Amino acid sequence: MSNDIYVVIEHIRGKVSEISYLMLAAGHQLAEGSGGELAAVLLGSNTENLASDLAAQKVLYFDASELADFTPGAYVQCLQGLLTTDAPRAIIFGHTSIGMEVASLLSVKTNLPLVNSCLSFSTDGGSLQYTSQLYGGKILAEGEIPGPSCLLTLVPGGYKAEDGQSSTPPPVTRVEVPDLSGQRITVTQYLEPESGDVDISTQELLVAVGRGIQLEDNIELAEELAEVLSGVVCASRPVVDQGWLPTTRLVGKSGFQVKPKIYLALGISGAPEHTEGIAGSDTIIAINTDPAAPIFNIAKYGIVEDIFDLVPLLTEKIEESR
Amino acid sequence: MNIVVLAKLVPDLVEELEIDDSGTALDMTWLRLIINELDDHAIEQSILLKEKTGAHVTVVAPDFEDIDDILYTASAKGADRLIKILGDYESGINNHAIARAFAPIIRELSPDLILSGVQAHDDRDGSLGALLAGYMDLPYVGYVASVAIGDGQATITKEYPGGLSAEMAVSLPAVLGIQVAEEPPRYVAVSKVRQAMKTAEIEEIDAGDFDLAGGAKVTRMFQPEVGEGATMLEGSLDDIADELVSILKELGAG
Amino acid sequence: MTAATAPASTRSFNDVFYESLFEVEDGERIRACLQCGTCSGACPFGYLMGFPPGRMIAYLRAERFENVIDSDSVWMCVSCYACTAVCPKEIPLTPGLMTRTKEEMLLAGNVPSELQDALMNSQRYGNPLGESPRKRAEWTRGLEFEVPTFREAKRAVDVLWFVSDYPSYHPRVQLTTRAMARVLKLLGVDFAILGPEENSDGDSQRLAGERGLFEMLAEKNGKALSRYEFNQVITSDPHAYNAFKNEYPKLGIEYPMQHFTEFVAERMDDLKPHLKPLEEQRVTYHDPCYLGRANDVYDAPRTILSAIPGLELVEMPHNRSTSLCCGGGGGGMWLDGFQWEKAHVRLSEWRIQEAVSVNADILAVACPYEPPRFEDAAKMVEGAGRLAVKDIAELLAESIEADA
Repeated sequence: MSNDIYVVIEHIRGKVSEISYLMLAAGHQLAEGSGGELAAVLLGSNTENLASDLAAQKVLYFDASELADFTPGAYVQCLQGLLTTDAPRAIIFGHTSIGMEVASLLSVKTNLPLVNSCLSFSTDGGSLQYTSQLYGGKILAEGEIPGPSCLLTLVPGGYKAEDGQSSTPPPVTRVEVPDLSGQRITVTQYLEPESGDVDISTQELLVAVGRGIQLEDNIELAEELAEVLSGVVCASRPVVDQGWLPTTRLVGKSGFQVKPKIYLALGISGAPEHTEGIAGSDTIIAINTDPAAPIFNIAKYGIVEDIFDLVPLLTEKIEESR
Repeated sequence: MNIVVLAKLVPDLVEELEIDDSGTALDMTWLRLIINELDDHAIEQSILLKEKTGAHVTVVAPDFEDIDDILYTASAKGADRLIKILGDYESGINNHAIARAFAPIIRELSPDLILSGVQAHDDRDGSLGALLAGYMDLPYVGYVASVAIGDGQATITKEYPGGLSAEMAVSLPAVLGIQVAEEPPRYVAVSKVRQAMKTAEIEEIDAGDFDLAGGAKVTRMFQPEVGEGATMLEGSLDDIADELVSILKELGAG
Repeated sequence: MTAATAPASTRSFNDVFYESLFEVEDGERIRACLQCGTCSGACPFGYLMGFPPGRMIAYLRAERFENVIDSDSVWMCVSCYACTAVCPKEIPLTPGLMTRTKEEMLLAGNVPSELQDALMNSQRYGNPLGESPRKRAEWTRGLEFEVPTFREAKRAVDVLWFVSDYPSYHPRVQLTTRAMARVLKLLGVDFAILGPEENSDGDSQRLAGERGLFEMLAEKNGKALSRYEFNQVITSDPHAYNAFKNEYPKLGIEYPMQHFTEFVAERMDDLKPHLKPLEEQRVTYHDPCYLGRANDVYDAPRTILSAIPGLELVEMPHNRSTSLCCGGGGGGMWLDGFQWEKAHVRLSEWRIQEAVSVNADILAVACPYEPPRFEDAAKMVEGAGRLAVKDIAELLAESIEADA
């Protein structure tokens, strides 16, 4: 048992995911509270270079060909061994397609408790506390992070990526890799998203549509607004699942992280799976008929109106003012 | 091919959520419970697999509130066997407890494939399907968007951010956390569900006492302040539109 | 046609379906279909359907009805009763053939997703909009007086006002609802509403093929109604009106029902002294399918409109029994996306064009689907910029509140 805090780094196809930096920022705060060190745990095959900008005091690195692609089985095996020898005070995972399953499986294998969807932590008064996000962002829960060791998954929103990045590469220690033969899950190939479309992650102005758009035809409203603003239309999951916009326009957990100067959210409630994709936006302007929509918690400007009334009017006025 | 689907109820977010007097949990009085949307997708995926491969589908659910309705609806869609698991789901239940208790019961069903929604918005201590896989010592992959069954293995696609997916081979038996079914969950006519109520049987199995270890206590549950941080624009539609135009101009757009 | 005496297991889907049509009132008249094609001609979307009503019957007779079920043609039907109204053999096409076909589509799982959502919502929340049932009476908050629910009133009340889904929840239609409340108040009517105990009347869901859902909703309403004492029911919704008049009695739920316009038309003597002149305008009245064609109520709304000083009532070319459907009925309200994909025209826009063609300033309506549908359409039709869409209740309220 130690007071250290571990962060399990996520990377896909040679790039460290943004969530990793957010986790390091969070882990840094927890380490200050626990009085231990912050260690980044990196698993991969010839990916030691990915450790270079991680803001951690040390990097524990597993290198094996079986770790070339993420598979839950291999990750769990490696981490299980690590946690058995020396369980840190807390291990942070991303609440993602990678972190969620590893954390859950590991919780059973190591018999350590797990708290998911943590938004932020606090270290006041000597105890480590979590604040987690539930019910689509509508409810927050607080409690003590169980000791002596606990698994946590982190959602974006409480920390800044820059606080998890370092200009000085941390020291890397190679950890002995267990026998990873006989994996029951293997990656056969990667499937790229449809190409030939705009890259929303580099756009300066985005007009986003959600469930509130109701019909495929109504997306035209957003297109017209985007046009007069020289922006691009993007969407939350329900719209893309319906096939009304391609996956290249999806913002959020399974889609893209966007950092526009202006993000206009039309009829979007603001569920975490979506908002984690827009946390990097400069100014979020949200229009929604529900005054209690979680999107208003992160928006700079909020309007409780019907998008079908407001948006055409807005488009008209912008055009007139040009 | 034996498929088991694990489904559960979650609070419906259409209703306003209120905190109970203890300040640590939701007030259940006016709460409407509906099927976890991703479990609905898991059921749909299982029926799609049944239609393709002739698999046998069992739907298993915790016995809570109007779960019968969910099970009969699954039957009307094509599920072959319905099981509800009895237990005390009121006192501080969590996913570890459910997975721990359900593992031996589901093992008895000799499943080749277990499907469950990859998450639910009331999860506090991990993904139910993944925890179940842990207790059953089965492989697990989450965020699954397609499932094809082959010889002793399933070929699945797993979603990653940015529209990227990984195709994976998973040896069976396995547990999969479904993110989205290959088709949107089908509609089933009320008359068909009513018919299922007359013809389908829901078996009951007792889970015994729940071991609640694995989660963390909640000392406070609360609603984030509404509109905290957002400047709300008010007035007539015209006024608001004008204000937006000037805000956008200030920000360098329009 | 194969004889009905053949054993059930050898009877085709075609035959079973055909016979099921006889179960509707006067359903056997379908045997006398002349294949004249008038129904398909009168159908507002007939020109687009792979199988307009006449052709559906032809395929039925040719024992190829499966072709109809396999296509999605029937989802273009808005249950407007145009075909039923013109059929020379008086075949109940809308309640019989069209509705039964939609039922089969639903059973086969062939349901456009918007409609699916509306049906799911109706099941779960008692309204197709997916709003919380607890908020069903929140529209009353905009009023200067209380509108009690029966539960609150705890006494016998003269009139039960069945408010219905869109008047309860849709922001545009709530304006109409409040106007209606003010008119009732002025007339000194002793009324109350069911509030959260009210469920969707279910009629549009029935016409969209969900018989089981309709019965479930009717059952719930029946239970709520049976708890209270009242003399009659009124509603602004022709669909609820149709349900109570023609369908609920078959389920043992029977109460005297009047449309708001019928109720008010009977009380014009009390109302007239309170009506002050509105600005001089031409008003044209749109006969809702379920008040007009389906239930023969044409005069009451006109009586009211003619009594409002300042308004000149003009008729559109299609009026009374030939009225052009707004496209909302029979599930049409929940098939707009689907129908737009096929048609690229909205029925409501045709109606607006007619209103413009008679130089109307106001299009008066008497059905809750219409204000939002016609207002949307008016935005798209050239020359309709100045056309105001008002429910009769709103015009009355305006006249009552106008300066003398």
